Amino acid sequence: MRRSWRWLLPLTAVPVLALLAYGFRLNPRDIRSPLVGRPAAPFALTSFEGTPMQLGALRGQVVVLNFWASWCYPACYEEAPVLERGWRAYRDRGVVVLGVDIQDKDEAGRKFIREFNLTFPNAPDPSGKVSVDYGVYGVPETYFIDRAGAIRVKHVSAVTDQVFRDTVEALLAEPAPSR
Amino acid sequence: MRAAVLMALFLLVGAWPSPAQQPSRPVDERQVYEVATDLRCVVCQTLSVADSPSEMANQMRAIVRERLASGETPAQVRQYFVERYGDWILLAPPRRGFTLLVWLAPLVAVVVGLALVALLVRRWTGRRRPTPPPVDAAMSERIRRELEHEP
Repeated sequence: MRRSWRWLLPLTAVPVLALLAYGFRLNPRDIRSPLVGRPAAPFALTSFEGTPMQLGALRGQVVVLNFWASWCYPACYEEAPVLERGWRAYRDRGVVVLGVDIQDKDEAGRKFIREFNLTFPNAPDPSGKVSVDYGVYGVPETYFIDRAGAIRVKHVSAVTDQVFRDTVEALLAEPAPSR
Repeated sequence: MRAAVLMALFLLVGAWPSPAQQPSRPVDERQVYEVATDLRCVVCQTLSVADSPSEMANQMRAIVRERLASGETPAQVRQYFVERYGDWILLAPPRRGFTLLVWLAPLVAVVVGLALVALLVRRWTGRRRPTPPPVDAAMSERIRRELEHEP
């Protein structure tokens, strides 16, 4: 009996250490979004050019919604050319890329767009409502929305050419929703 | 003291009229503070929306204020954030499912710890009181006799 008690104290540390080891293996930024699979929240922003940018008007198209900021270096700087390439390659196939600049200064956002010669629509989100509606907790984050208007993939960190291509191709391969 | 200062600052900042936010009806800033203290600032490390000076937290406070002003209850406002960020957004994990463990584990640890301490104390105190060796009858008689003859 006494021998078993001697082992009890170190044994109680085992589950605690196992939990710690499990926790250290997880990526703290990899938080599952409850929005995946649900309809994307509608929004209406005004682009840097002054034109309306509304998600509702894009039903029937695959939408790549990217949240970025000019101070988000290097990830946003790495993915900006990827998004521009993706937009140019897929815009004739029913894919729209939208950028939302969050927690940023207007002039800094415009400079970023000029620097990368971004031609897809970009809008600031001065109140932060759109970013909270999408459960954004950092930049960059990208949401891939299918033609039925549901969020299918949330990508945290910089989008690569392969992620863009694979995700968009998979969504384009799905049958178009009945109107 | 720190909490009181934070609360005072929060009420002061919250009461300041902002042209961007026009609540549809007056909002009790203490209620905004209470909801904001339950929510995690999404760009911070373990800071609440009420405590964080970040722009994101400021925007989240504005959203809390606006939703309360529109007539939502504090529970509905919390639910609005949970539906978008999951339970992760709550600084105190809900007392159900897997996260119930977070609440129960410290209690279990305290009970187990107290039981171990009690056991060890019993063992240690038991060792300090050794039972005296038995004295045989002849020795007892001799001691008695010698004590009697003591002048």
